[in-house]
Amino acid sequence: MTGSLPTDPADVADPVDPADTVDAPPGLRADRVSRRADGRLIVDGITLTLRPGETLGLLGPNGSGKSTLLRLLAGILAPSAGVVTLDGRPLPSVGRRATARRIATVEQHAHTQTELTVREVVALGRIPHRRAWSSSTATDTRAVDAALEHTGLTDRAGQSWHTLSGGERQRAQIARALAQEPYELLLDEPTNHLDIQHQLDLLDLVVGLPIATVIALHDLNLAAMYCDRLLVLREGHVVAEGTPGQVLTPSLIEQVYGVQADVTHDPGHPVIRFLRRTPKP
Amino acid sequence: MTTRLLLLIAGGPAALLASIAVAVTIGPADISTSDVWAAVSAHLGLGESTLPPLRDGIVWNLRMPRTLLAAVCGAGLALCGAVMQSLLRNPLADPFVLGVSSGASTGAVAVVVLGVGGGAVSLSAGAFTGALLSFGLVLMLSHSLGGSTDRVVLSGVAAMQLFSALTSFTVLTSADADTTRAVLFWLLGSLTGAGWSDVLLCAVVLAGVLLVCLGHARTLDAFAFGEEAAAALGVRVARTRLVLLCATALLTATLVSSAGAIGFVGLVLPHATRALTGSGHARLLPVTALAGAIFLVWVDTAARTVIDPQEVPVGVVTSLIGVPAFVAVLYRGRRKT
Repeated sequence: MTGSLPTDPADVADPVDPADTVDAPPGLRADRVSRRADGRLIVDGITLTLRPGETLGLLGPNGSGKSTLLRLLAGILAPSAGVVTLDGRPLPSVGRRATARRIATVEQHAHTQTELTVREVVALGRIPHRRAWSSSTATDTRAVDAALEHTGLTDRAGQSWHTLSGGERQRAQIARALAQEPYELLLDEPTNHLDIQHQLDLLDLVVGLPIATVIALHDLNLAAMYCDRLLVLREGHVVAEGTPGQVLTPSLIEQVYGVQADVTHDPGHPVIRFLRRTPKP
Repeated sequence: MTTRLLLLIAGGPAALLASIAVAVTIGPADISTSDVWAAVSAHLGLGESTLPPLRDGIVWNLRMPRTLLAAVCGAGLALCGAVMQSLLRNPLADPFVLGVSSGASTGAVAVVVLGVGGGAVSLSAGAFTGALLSFGLVLMLSHSLGGSTDRVVLSGVAAMQLFSALTSFTVLTSADADTTRAVLFWLLGSLTGAGWSDVLLCAVVLAGVLLVCLGHARTLDAFAFGEEAAAALGVRVARTRLVLLCATALLTATLVSSAGAIGFVGLVLPHATRALTGSGHARLLPVTALAGAIFLVWVDTAARTVIDPQEVPVGVVTSLIGVPAFVAVLYRGRRKT
């Protein structure tokens, strides 16, 4: 793929040395990571740095590699090439449990057949903090309480997860992620299947969190409204990176999504208006 | 919730002990609980036996090992069922989902009907070997298909079909009527002829596997939303799956080689227990093991007394109770989708 804007030049020029943890910048970085599946490159040499506290939006059409990139960043998938580092250490050497104490993920569509209360679902987030055989501590209870409160689910704590609406289920998943007390939160299209009110509620909640967030989104306007920085993927490559104002141009939207759009600039962020392919009859 | 939990912790083991003590007194020969106490204390070296040798023999050599084996089998099958259901995220999984029981049947039939091993190999040893062969086949097949849980279940179903067919073929083509009856009785699950060596072997394996499973209780909780969610919570999914599959297969194989394939305990008891304890495995696993033990002690007592002097294979009775419960599980599952 051509036309890929270079990321921060320092990132590209600076290959990560696993031994070099002293001067490594804090946070989550991907260094030229690729993931191959069935002979096809799903993610192809992506480099990114997640800055502390920022909300980074991942954009791109279906199949552009957003979900796979999130899994690579969370350490759930191992890259076929390249390395993901946390505070300069490659994820495999950080270890699964320690990684899960730092990075929390919220999947697109969580489902279970197990009969669980909302509190029990949220308490799953404490698993990486607990050893086998130990019972839950006051710290665990506090973290769960705080997560429930943060997501407005305190009243629902004793209710069965199966009785929640779609929006509430997503909030419960975010509460579970917050109970992990992460520094990095990865969300894969968390607003799918939600009505507009719940989409806005959820994004307000997420961007209000004082942690670094990567969020895969389909809706360009929501991305423009809520993200500090955007990374646009197409066929596994980064095709653009920058602030919403820099990235969301009519030419990029046409290049990536193949649609025509007008972009106007509201104070603060761009507003995208898609154009019909055929004139209104 | 906490008072109920305390009740379970204190009441469960007490109920199990009481069940065993009472179940031993039930049967054709008239035995009282004080007789049971006298025999047990004498054999444990706590006093002189005051019982006549015949009655002592009935308690100590016949009913006691049989009742204890029922308890151990019930506990083990319920434990394996609970672990399988959570690990495979399948509410209909049971200890036999990996084809272990069918493999065991084929092994047993090979020994009894075909005389494999030339008389040097016992039915139990044959069953155990068959069980492990079948489990090995399931592991290899599911691994080569990608190792995900649905592949494990499908591989188990394939192995189950294959070994059931082999068993039927062998029995129909080679066995005489008496052997067929004996084999059938064993296939349906039976605690007849349980001895102390069976009890000890099964109890030791049960204790070991129970410890492994309890050590993985939190990890199993993490599987509620699937393997990827478990991985995101810091679980090493492939390793956990292998350890728990091997542990439960070992326990199931041991139990099946002693008592045949007693159905439905492993399917139904975990569901019944979840209603009491909730889904947290730190509570669910010990309580379901206790419940399974108590359940099978009573079911076996019924199996050997209800149409006295005839004996019904215990597996038939568990299935008679289990099928309606299975249907109830299906109905509950339908509501959630």
